[in-house]
Amino acid sequence: MAVNTELQGASYALPEPYEVSREAIIEFARATGAQNRAHRSAEAAAEFGYADVVAPPTFAVIPSQRAEALYISNPEAGIDFSRVVHGSEQFTYARPIVAGDKLNAVCHVDGLREAGGHAMITTRTELTDANSDDAPVVTVTSTIVVRGGEA
Amino acid sequence: MNEPVEREEYRPSGTDLAPKLRDQEVGRTVVSARIPLSRADLVAYAGASGDHNPIHWNERFAREVGLDDVIAHGMLSMGSVLARITEWAADPGAIVDCRTRFTAPVIVADAASGTPDTPTAYLDMAAVVGAIDEEAGTVRLDISVSCGEDTVLGRTQAKVRLA
Repeated sequence: MAVNTELQGASYALPEPYEVSREAIIEFARATGAQNRAHRSAEAAAEFGYADVVAPPTFAVIPSQRAEALYISNPEAGIDFSRVVHGSEQFTYARPIVAGDKLNAVCHVDGLREAGGHAMITTRTELTDANSDDAPVVTVTSTIVVRGGEA
Repeated sequence: MNEPVEREEYRPSGTDLAPKLRDQEVGRTVVSARIPLSRADLVAYAGASGDHNPIHWNERFAREVGLDDVIAHGMLSMGSVLARITEWAADPGAIVDCRTRFTAPVIVADAASGTPDTPTAYLDMAAVVGAIDEEAGTVRLDISVSCGEDTVLGRTQAKVRLA
């Protein structure tokens, strides 16, 4: 199975916005050992001027990986998921994610190249505020490597 | 007769505890930590993140795809490291940019004895002030992350806005 390089430039949007709940933030914070009170207590978050509990910086991976999955698991993409290795990840925030946010997510296939039997794919997922004319919230840039098969 | 005097209790708010930009110095280590990981942590992260790839919890599957054993989610390592940075920053929303490269897998074996949440791998991290941008009001932290002999997260950086 070969990775389909014609999909460079393609975009995949989540059909519905991802709704950020307090429970999801608390569970994610606990799972990553994030003990900052602003993840659990709206009162602590208010000390910094936030309307509700604040998500840890890598929480954005939940909606962004859902949008990336629309591309990666699309049979058209030609990606064998068992050969996928995560290469790098970057989050650039316009503002932090807080409970109550509704986030639209669009995954753009920015880079797609093959070298030595492997394929390196760069996706950029834009998370925007569905309650506020899609104002930018965070950009998630991810690279994956699809390892080539043994010839 | 002495009446007990009521004292006003001083309780610092989150913003009081936050590090200040003027106190930062390039080259200074601001966070260092050892982060334990157990198989139970991987299962908890799979649930919290929605990443249910069996290479993070099933040994047979991990071996079938060419790994030596179950490995931690790269995003669990990144998230655990940044959790220590948000503790330092006091305001978790102060992290305006963070990035990493996954340079080596973190193997998390099943604990041979004891409870299933017994740690079997440790991440050692240190965050050093790499640059100060007075105009933007941010510091760039350069973070090293290793597991045993291996650097597992490479070129890890977090840009933090400080007052």
